[in-house]
Amino acid sequence: MTDMMRSPEAAARRPAGLVAGGVQAVMRLTDPPMRALQRLIGAARMPYVFLLPNLVFFGLFVFLPIAINIVFSVTGGTALYPAERPYVGAEQYARLLDCGSYLDPGSCREDLFWRGVWNTLTFTVFQMVAMVLFSLGTALVLNRPIRARGFFRAVYFFPVLLSPVVVALIWKWILQRDGLLNAALTMAGGQKILFFVDPGWAMFWSVFVSVWAHMGFYTLILLAGLQAIPRDVYEAAEMDGTRPWRVFHRITLPLLWPNLLVVLVLVLIRSVQVFDEVFVLTGGGPGTATLMIVQYIYTTAFANQVQNFGLAGAASVLLGAVLFILTMIQLFLTRRRSR
Amino acid sequence: MRRTAWIAGCALALSIVGTGGFGIAQAQAQTTLRMMWYSDGNEGEVMNDLLRRFEDKNKDIKVVLDQVPFKAINETLPVQLASGQGPDLARVTDMGGLAPYLLDLRPHLKDAAYWEQNYGPFLEWMRVPGNTTAIPGYMTQLTVTGPFVNKTLFEQAGVAMPGANATWDDWAKAAKEVADKVQAPFPVAFDRSGHRFFGLAVSQGAKMAEVNGEPQAVDEGFKRAAKLIVDWHKSGVMSKELWGSVSGTAYRGANEEFKNAQVVLYESGSWQTAQFDKTIGDAFDWIAVPTPCGPANCSAMPGGAALVALKTGTHPAEVARLLDYLASEDVAGEFYARTLFVPGHIGLAKKGITYTSASPQAAAALKVFGDAVGKLDPVAYHIQGDPNSRIVFNAAISRLGQVVVGETTLDEAYQRITADVAQQIAERKKKQ
Repeated sequence: MTDMMRSPEAAARRPAGLVAGGVQAVMRLTDPPMRALQRLIGAARMPYVFLLPNLVFFGLFVFLPIAINIVFSVTGGTALYPAERPYVGAEQYARLLDCGSYLDPGSCREDLFWRGVWNTLTFTVFQMVAMVLFSLGTALVLNRPIRARGFFRAVYFFPVLLSPVVVALIWKWILQRDGLLNAALTMAGGQKILFFVDPGWAMFWSVFVSVWAHMGFYTLILLAGLQAIPRDVYEAAEMDGTRPWRVFHRITLPLLWPNLLVVLVLVLIRSVQVFDEVFVLTGGGPGTATLMIVQYIYTTAFANQVQNFGLAGAASVLLGAVLFILTMIQLFLTRRRSR
Repeated sequence: MRRTAWIAGCALALSIVGTGGFGIAQAQAQTTLRMMWYSDGNEGEVMNDLLRRFEDKNKDIKVVLDQVPFKAINETLPVQLASGQGPDLARVTDMGGLAPYLLDLRPHLKDAAYWEQNYGPFLEWMRVPGNTTAIPGYMTQLTVTGPFVNKTLFEQAGVAMPGANATWDDWAKAAKEVADKVQAPFPVAFDRSGHRFFGLAVSQGAKMAEVNGEPQAVDEGFKRAAKLIVDWHKSGVMSKELWGSVSGTAYRGANEEFKNAQVVLYESGSWQTAQFDKTIGDAFDWIAVPTPCGPANCSAMPGGAALVALKTGTHPAEVARLLDYLASEDVAGEFYARTLFVPGHIGLAKKGITYTSASPQAAAALKVFGDAVGKLDPVAYHIQGDPNSRIVFNAAISRLGQVVVGETTLDEAYQRITADVAQQIAERKKKQ
């Protein structure tokens, strides 16, 4: 039978049939060795075979670096290869944790680490609150049938596509002494503000720029959550004459909670890991007012004259441990909530 | 006809294969050297030009010039060298810190005596302590710290410029007066650099004496200089935007501010001359003035950049040939002249360099810096040559930056600087 004689549906099905045939051919080829392997190791162990390739990559690029980092943290000196580094036990950790009072970085032996800890904590708290509030507010607005909704969704998402360095440089040009904002202030009859010389302003803009740059991503997650809430629930509430705040509090927020938790976890992890944007924007200054933990680690390992990989490794392990604990707490809360 | 075409085709194919084979053989015989290089001004272009000429005379050597930011030289290169993966040559400023990775070219050089004679005093900066003979490279420039002054602002303000042998206090007072009258935001600007800080500290009597082989960073001269810096920030002579706006050891210059006529006196150094000559043009009159005096002396800080051979390279003989060429009097002289650098070559320094491409302003500035070399205090040479000097410089700049913004006091900073230096030297000494 020629193609001309076939029905249009049959002609359209032909490419799909070819693909299916190809897949079947591959399956036929791989089937015998897989069956042989299953006979050899048993069906219960087969999932591990399929997981193996991914585990190899994960092991090489995640677990191995973590292990090397831990090795570095218990060694000293400036040699790069672990085999050439002297073992110092917990000396690096003791140095980091040697404090008169953890609330006063000045009383700590490694004061810059603790300044980084407190700055990161401050940044995280403010950034989490601001990020969740602004993302939620934006998602709620973009979920409504407003004019040019698609355009606004794109506008809010656009900064997410920019490199953090580009974001920081743009804002640096806006905020510097002769930047756009100061030009606007002086044109309006005000005084120039040296934003990067005042610790409060520097922290404020670090948080602001971070929220501006990443809000679009979290807005998208929350928007997806809002759109997944069944319309009939809102319609029922409307018929009952429920007030908007009560609708938000009793319907939207509880049903959006899983997405909010995802946002909270992601924002928290990203806040604790913050480096590039703040480093380019403020350089950690003024003084050490915006020096974050990751910048401390980077400086200790690479920017100082004597590159102290051991101390940086120990700080990384402590940071990793804190992140692990925070993630576990969040996961625990998520599970409890979903039960 | 067909047979002729077939023979011609075979002949063509053979010739192509033959030429290709010859090309491959030539490529195999050619050694490629990699040179890591940073530029402040036009020295990358000049070096490229000199390398092409070297390659024309030495067909068996190809040199790849990898131009990188200065930050890469300071932060990436040491890690590369520690892992044994560095280039054949690099232009570096931390000669003492990198000394363990530098290759002694003495066995491969044509005339080691020439090197000793013309680069001798600076070779000491490139040697590990105890070594008195190694020749790892040559100085692509000798730098001297010193102030640039915006002469036009002084004229506009109607303030007389302090004369020869004026003190730092004289200059600070005059610069503040000018800045107040012309509304300039930076009366005095210092590069946020430990090296520049020591330009002031040496004149205040800092010695960085060694006790048990370790530098004693904080002495009376150091304290006098630190107090001056902090007081100048408090009184508005210096703006916090330079020393206070970043953290740690980060470098922050005031080039852009000076070029935009926002700075009255800018303490930087001779390497800025070419850049200012090119970018400021006739926008305003600028001059370099002799380093102001302190209670101890009127000395600046020497420094510079050296092109050095590295142990990670695998072609020492070829590297030596290249450096013999670049360090020769004619070639080095051309390099210094075209880049407007103070020569790091004793013979050329004595003869004097004719900076044909320099404007009268730049030529005058280079004369001031050249004269400053002769007034350098031995302590300044000692500090620059100390293999741990960068550790002290970085600790000083990091901790004094905190004092400037009010995070700590001067006394706390002194304690931290001493502790930072001791800890880093101890870490460096830890071996398996």
